[in-house]
Amino acid sequence: MTAQAPATPPPARRRGPRKVPSRAALRYVVRRLSQAVLVMLLVVIGSFILIKMAPGDFVDTLAGTSEMTAEQMAAMRARYGLDQPVPVQLFYYMARLVTLDFGMSPLNNAPVIEVIAKRWPVTAILVVASVSISMVVGTLLGVTAARNQGRPVDLGLSVLMLAFYATPSFIIAMILILVFSVRLNILPIAGFDTIGSGYTGLRYLADVAWHLAMPVTALCTFYIAIYGRIGRAAMLEVLKLDYIRTARGKGLTERRVVLVHALRNALLPLVTMAGLQVSSLVGGAVLIETIFGLNGMGRTAFDAVFQRDTNLLLGVVFVSSLSVVVVNFVIDLLYMLLDPRVEIR
Amino acid sequence: MSHSVFHLRRRSFLTGLVTTAAIPLAAIPARLLAQEAKAGGVLTTPAWPAPTVLNSAISTAGPESFIAPKMFDGLLAYDFGLVPRGQLATAWEMSEDGTRITFTLREGVKWHDGTPFTAHDVAFTFLQVLKVIHGRGKTTFAGLLDVETPDDLTAIFVLEKPNAAMMRALDSRESPILPAHIYEGTDIPNNPANTAPIGTGPFRMAEYEVGSYLVLEKNADYWDAGYPLLDRIVIQFIADAATRAAMLESGQADAVFLNMVPAQDILRLNELPDFEMDSRGFEAMPSAQQMDFNLDNPILADVRVRHAIAHAIDTQWITDNIWYGLGHAGKSPLHVDQVEYYTTEGVPQYPFDMDRANALLDEAGHPRGEGDMRFSLMLDPSPWGTESINAAPYIKEQLRQIGIDVTIRTQDFAVFTTTVWTDRAHDLVLYTVNLGVDPTIGTQRFYWSKAFSPGVAFANGAHYVNPEVDALLEAAQVETDNAKRKEQFAEFQRIVMTDLPVLPVTNIAGANIVNVKVKDSVVDALGALSGFSRLWIDA
Repeated sequence: MTAQAPATPPPARRRGPRKVPSRAALRYVVRRLSQAVLVMLLVVIGSFILIKMAPGDFVDTLAGTSEMTAEQMAAMRARYGLDQPVPVQLFYYMARLVTLDFGMSPLNNAPVIEVIAKRWPVTAILVVASVSISMVVGTLLGVTAARNQGRPVDLGLSVLMLAFYATPSFIIAMILILVFSVRLNILPIAGFDTIGSGYTGLRYLADVAWHLAMPVTALCTFYIAIYGRIGRAAMLEVLKLDYIRTARGKGLTERRVVLVHALRNALLPLVTMAGLQVSSLVGGAVLIETIFGLNGMGRTAFDAVFQRDTNLLLGVVFVSSLSVVVVNFVIDLLYMLLDPRVEIR
Repeated sequence: MSHSVFHLRRRSFLTGLVTTAAIPLAAIPARLLAQEAKAGGVLTTPAWPAPTVLNSAISTAGPESFIAPKMFDGLLAYDFGLVPRGQLATAWEMSEDGTRITFTLREGVKWHDGTPFTAHDVAFTFLQVLKVIHGRGKTTFAGLLDVETPDDLTAIFVLEKPNAAMMRALDSRESPILPAHIYEGTDIPNNPANTAPIGTGPFRMAEYEVGSYLVLEKNADYWDAGYPLLDRIVIQFIADAATRAAMLESGQADAVFLNMVPAQDILRLNELPDFEMDSRGFEAMPSAQQMDFNLDNPILADVRVRHAIAHAIDTQWITDNIWYGLGHAGKSPLHVDQVEYYTTEGVPQYPFDMDRANALLDEAGHPRGEGDMRFSLMLDPSPWGTESINAAPYIKEQLRQIGIDVTIRTQDFAVFTTTVWTDRAHDLVLYTVNLGVDPTIGTQRFYWSKAFSPGVAFANGAHYVNPEVDALLEAAQVETDNAKRKEQFAEFQRIVMTDLPVLPVTNIAGANIVNVKVKDSVVDALGALSGFSRLWIDA
């Protein structure tokens, strides 16, 4: 990350005269773009070589589950170009990739781009929902704990966050299923929406929310703990600084001091954390997607690896790494918004 | 645990009566069945893995076999005991010498797109799809020279020589009839209809989200008047077995078929009042767990070593503990469900006896050496399901006790099949497999020397070559006198269990676990692999 924040937070409201020369901005964009292209190239070539190093190919896994003769296997290898040497396969893959042709996924018997177009939104919704919910809830808990430092509320919240922190998400997922589906039978266990319901508009959104309630909760708990702990520490640090005393001294309400003056500066480490969370989730949350029968990027990549569906795996890797690059860029811009002293270089 | 396998309920008893009387089920008024069937309703069932295509003629994998028969019909169906019953064929007759079979086809059958079904579809399917593309069909129909179609409702199979196994392979799963007007002249394996099927079956495809779910809807024009009973079938592809079980338990799914939840969950749910286990309808796909010895390994080439290993492994223990009793300890290369040919008469057995095992190894010239071990072997358990991986540590421990140092090599499926069947870098390989509706179709490949073909998974992994066995298998392929064929397979079982290139471990007893409101999910030998046209929901 090229954006850097100075060690001590600045006075909250004062904005120095900021000059962003357009040429610097352009150079910045060009540099970030070329970095992005390089990263994507390395990721795709690396993944290609890694999956080709694993013994067996798609035809082996297919033939292992349905009887095929040696001739049929050879014909299928020829159809997908798997009979070519690996460097040749890589060359053809890259040549097609330039035209944004991701090829066919033999596992799904459909173009990779179509498969990903169906599955990326599932992951995107999971990411957006879980990041925003865990950030808001976690920050609120952190701020509350910091404001009540050393009191029973603080202690209670710390214990809760420790429990969230220590419990793996799949355990939480299974507890949720047991309680809300098997025992109470109020939440759907599997799927993204009610199949064949024909819902539209708000009714459909509510249906999706209903289906994603448990997976999002399971994805959130760990990050709620992280945001809570980071938020609490950051708030405690900021609240000790001189400018907060100044703000209080000039008679601002406590609410304003905490939410506007202190929180804004405490947000920087939280935003960094959000960037990491998004980056780790856009590749998919394999366990949660598996448990809740959601077809997101994680599950897709997992199946692609085990079935040696190279095209599909590379497509997923490509889109996921592109998402990470974009998210990092947005996070850097957010830093600038939050802290005027952060400049693009 | 025979009580679970042959657990007769009133309904199954009545269905049994019907089949023994050889009256087509359709002719029985519904009220004579245990309960009056109600039309309407939706069946929701989770399945895994997700299919690649929706056509079991193009791919013989498990998901395809489960799904495709809902949309396609075969020439025949099979009642319990594999008694043939007409489906798209209404009558069939074999010539004296067994080389011509005349099928009279059903009148008035229409494809889902409205095109009439004719004998040309049958000829096209067998000659250009099943004989050419289908994994097992290439063998089953190798001797099918031609299908003559003197008129639209007659198809005459012309065979090079008699073929006993073929008459068991004409059902909707093994040999679905495909529409010639959709497939003819196209690149068949890549035809778009493979994922948007046009069949003649009881259900048609309504909605398909690749890898997520499939919705089938009632074919209102189905030739079998009054059927299917269901309005819709929703199949959700759910990767996690615990999730599939939870869906059933919470009522969010109505049934889980074909052991798609683990045995311990099936047994647990079976104890609850809302669910019942059904072990019928697995005759057409008898599955077994078995262990190949790589005979190219000089140590394992010695039959005494193979016998010693067999004596050291208590297959009953594996059946009871790894398979939770849902099966029978293996005693023959055939499955107990291949009831016509299965025998233990005169077939050598290797009862659990560690002293005998040790004595055999001493006799074979493998004295205990360093660390009290005689030699070491690699064991590759199949990652398909969990049972082979779970049984591997038991085998390792048993063999340690007779001085064989076993290393367990657990790998993912692609590496597993490549290691064993392509590179042949294995010593012992433990896996589960479908032994086929007929021994010629599914069992022969493990013992026939001509089936040995590195690169093809699950084909004679032992590299077993015995001209006597080859001769018996080849004779059984063309034998039309069933009494003679029985004797051929009995002799085959005796020789193979003497040579023991493969150790039969467990004859798996398949099971469906369904909510009690789901009725008649299993009505014939095809079980959950049938069309579900008679399945109904007692709402």
